[in-house]
Amino acid sequence: MPVSKTSTLPVTEESDIVKVRQAVRTGSLEIKCSLVDQTKVVTAASELARNLLIYGGGGEVRIQILEEGLRRGLRVIFEDHGPGIADIEQALKDGFTSGKGMGLGLGGAKRLVSEFNIVSKVGEGTCITITKWK
Amino acid sequence: MADSIPILQLDDLLLVTIQVDMHDRLALQLQDDLTRQINETGARGVLIDISSLEVVDSFIGRVLGNISAMARVLDAMTVVVGMRPAVAITLVELGLSLEGVHTALNVSKGMALLRRS
Repeated sequence: MPVSKTSTLPVTEESDIVKVRQAVRTGSLEIKCSLVDQTKVVTAASELARNLLIYGGGGEVRIQILEEGLRRGLRVIFEDHGPGIADIEQALKDGFTSGKGMGLGLGGAKRLVSEFNIVSKVGEGTCITITKWK
Repeated sequence: MADSIPILQLDDLLLVTIQVDMHDRLALQLQDDLTRQINETGARGVLIDISSLEVVDSFIGRVLGNISAMARVLDAMTVVVGMRPAVAITLVELGLSLEGVHTALNVSKGMALLRRS
């Protein structure tokens, strides 16, 4: 899948979550998403960036503009080298939280995007990829 | 970055308008400030205008829910006004119910709701 642009953002502190929101919004505007789709993907990114910081111990966010023929998309990758998720299926369930959250971040983010992929290994880290197609 | 969100007092109501993309700590600061001010002023109602917010994620949603719950304990009612349609749609999809949080379309309707209670 041809990636026409990539930008990378570190997530090591709270203010980085805001930066990720802004960068994802810029990306969604670039592929000319509808307002609702913009809001959804930025909200999903906010959830996942926060998880990255709080549960992943910080990491990196990569934002890519995709072009597949006439179709344009926005891909956001959240990668950390944190503790990893032991039971992914459980983590995706609404209401499940290993911390003090509401337990909506992972499952919720999945519902807000077109494609959602999660790879995680205990002791090594987690990589979550979301894609919003225009 | 803003230090705190300003809170206005109008008779026995507290008014807040969130104009910035809040980072988490600012949201928690607002939660604390509002709770303290309800207590100090004896306010009966809190109106939170979120018409400038383009994104309300589960953290902000939880803060709004907390503010509402804390206000209720202190015998005050909270109304959140001005939620953008795209935000409302996203919140439903996210699964955030905002239970216990009253909402109104705009400041006027929110004030009317507070005055009636």
